Amino acid sequence: MNPNLNLWLIPILPLAGAAINGFLGKKSSRRAVTTIALFFSGAAFAWALWVALRFSSLSLPYQEYLAHWIRSDSFSADFAFYLDQLSLVMLLVVTGVGFLIHIYSVGYMWDDPSYYRFFSYLNLFMFFMLTLVLANNYLVMFIGWEGVGLASYLLIGFWFTKDSAASAGKKAFIVNRIGDFGFLIALFLLIKHFGSLNFEQVFQGIAPLGVETAGAGLLTAIGILLMVGACGKSAQIPLYVWLPDAMEGPTPVSALIHAATMVTAGVYMVSRSHTIFERAPTALTVVAIIGTLTAFFAATIGIAQTDIKKVLAYSTISQLGYMFMACGVGAFSAGIFHLMTHAFFKGLLFLGAGSVLHACGGEQDMRKMGGLKSFIPWTFLTMGIATLAIAGIPPLAGFWSKDEILWKAYQVSWVYWAIGVVTAFLTSFYMFRLLFMTFFGEYRGASVEAHGSHGHDPHGHDADGHGGPHESPMVMLVPLMILALLSLVGGFVGWGHHFEHFLAPVFGSVEAAEVASHGTELLLMGVSVALAFLGAWLAYVLYCSRPELPQRIAASLGGLYQTVVHKYYIDELYGALFVKPLIDGSTRILWQDVDRKVIDAAVNDAGDGARHVSDEARHMQSGNIRSYAGWIAVGSAVVIAFMIWMAVGR
Amino acid sequence: MVPSYVPLSYYLMLGGFLFACGVVGFLIKRNIITIFMSIELMLNGVNLSFVAFAAHWHALAGQVFVFFVMVVAAAEAAVGLAIIIAVYRTRETLNVDQVNLLKL
Repeated sequence: MNPNLNLWLIPILPLAGAAINGFLGKKSSRRAVTTIALFFSGAAFAWALWVALRFSSLSLPYQEYLAHWIRSDSFSADFAFYLDQLSLVMLLVVTGVGFLIHIYSVGYMWDDPSYYRFFSYLNLFMFFMLTLVLANNYLVMFIGWEGVGLASYLLIGFWFTKDSAASAGKKAFIVNRIGDFGFLIALFLLIKHFGSLNFEQVFQGIAPLGVETAGAGLLTAIGILLMVGACGKSAQIPLYVWLPDAMEGPTPVSALIHAATMVTAGVYMVSRSHTIFERAPTALTVVAIIGTLTAFFAATIGIAQTDIKKVLAYSTISQLGYMFMACGVGAFSAGIFHLMTHAFFKGLLFLGAGSVLHACGGEQDMRKMGGLKSFIPWTFLTMGIATLAIAGIPPLAGFWSKDEILWKAYQVSWVYWAIGVVTAFLTSFYMFRLLFMTFFGEYRGASVEAHGSHGHDPHGHDADGHGGPHESPMVMLVPLMILALLSLVGGFVGWGHHFEHFLAPVFGSVEAAEVASHGTELLLMGVSVALAFLGAWLAYVLYCSRPELPQRIAASLGGLYQTVVHKYYIDELYGALFVKPLIDGSTRILWQDVDRKVIDAAVNDAGDGARHVSDEARHMQSGNIRSYAGWIAVGSAVVIAFMIWMAVGR
Repeated sequence: MVPSYVPLSYYLMLGGFLFACGVVGFLIKRNIITIFMSIELMLNGVNLSFVAFAAHWHALAGQVFVFFVMVVAAAEAAVGLAIIIAVYRTRETLNVDQVNLLKL
């Protein structure tokens, strides 16, 4: 018998923080808002840690029933929580990284006039994300799923007076709706065929079913629809377009929601549904192909971006692609492993980028940075570690997880591995490009004297007047250092398949398919590490030792370069294919034709008609007695004629 | 007693003719007195058919009705003529189209 862990506290605590700050924050001091926000998110983290400490003594999966919600005939969905190894990993990542980013935000957002609103949203996001992670059925998961979408919308559009931020929020929300549509249909199919959305019941219902070898079937359909949902939330092809725009939000938001936690919800959901995917090879292949293509495609876009946050956004999409590649080749634990390490180093990269923006007074263009390593050494150091980690340089975190994915991918098909390893090369190149452009060379920004007078800073923390690029306060640096430490050592949990063994009760046995030899593994590892170093070296040559080269290369590539800079014109393509027809169709057909010519016209004509008829009928009421008498006479004459006709006619 | 050689239909046709004359007079005349007389004409047309039916069916009810009608008509004539005189005194006209103060 399991002890009562009171898991419900973990999501409810941040919700309480969100409510208190949301309702009372406007009148409270910044100090009070900070205390509330940090206390409730920190308490959730502490509780999660406490749960983790008692984890080994639990019989898994631990389930906790909170309240019943929907009961209809045999179908039921309850507010209930589910804890196994997978949820625990997610729980710790979300609360841990989330708490660190809360701390960081105190420094980053201090001068923002809507300080309390920011923390209210941030806590609200934590609530929904934890609901998503801890749900014991798909419906409660869906609450969290939609809720993080809402929080994401609110936070992307946090500076809603800026038009681009407001529309980026809308774009994120709408694109996510497309994915949610697929997710919902998958849930309907599950209810129809298994009569439940409870994880245990669904998976028990699926367990006796065989693998769908014929290519397509019910489980394949469910799997692909779930993947559509994951594509929306986790920004995969073809629904990734919202994530780069989401960089309009404050940088801590990008770190928390659009790098470390929310965007990984799709990976979590697919991994949670591994029972379905394992029986639907076609769906798995779809996942793998989408993941692999996204990883490569986004990495190529990342090469040519000049906005520091956009580079990181495309990098996030690319890394998420890796995670889906792992899921697609059946290596769910490798995907979750990468999810975890990615949360560390990508969260760190975004926070570091935020620190860079802070130093440069909100400037996001890397062409106007450079030479910052002497101004902001701590930011440089931590971001350097994160760059090494994401590039896959051993023995940092990214190396372990990425290598694990590539190795598993190789066992399924060398094509996945080849694309993956090329992507690793690109990743290393664009990340070191970012690092070199930002921190090395000469400072290319506004002159130090003129800098303090920047009045257009959208990030609102320039009020105190800068004397030049300057280091961030400790409250921002400490989270960076902790994350840097995690990026350094976080990969070692994967040493000797420890992480995989830990997750084995969820995903099944580890030694399922070791088709290639240990030697091959080492060789492949060597290739990917060599390519990572090559990417770093290339970036060094192009952006450090010979900074005039990139422009010449760009010029010689011409159209190809322009295509990449413009992100393959995908936004324009979607605009022409979907948005414009929709707007035109709505305007011309639905509004001007259907609405105005049919609906409005019907209503107006009914009104006009009634008026015309009554206008005519009005003349009968002349007030002239004799005309009334005339009508009476005519009426009686008609009645009499009718009676006579009846009498004679018979 | 209605002599047997005058059929019922003759009385009815005469009654109908009188009634029709009354209706037409009521509708086309503008003088109040003429209109008033037209109403009397209609009443008498109806009275005639009442007594004709009463004789035909040997039922006294029809004749009783006629007495009632005549009493009411007499009372109406008294009141109506008084109104006409009052109208003439105030408006100095008997044309109904000019007596229209109550019209909107």
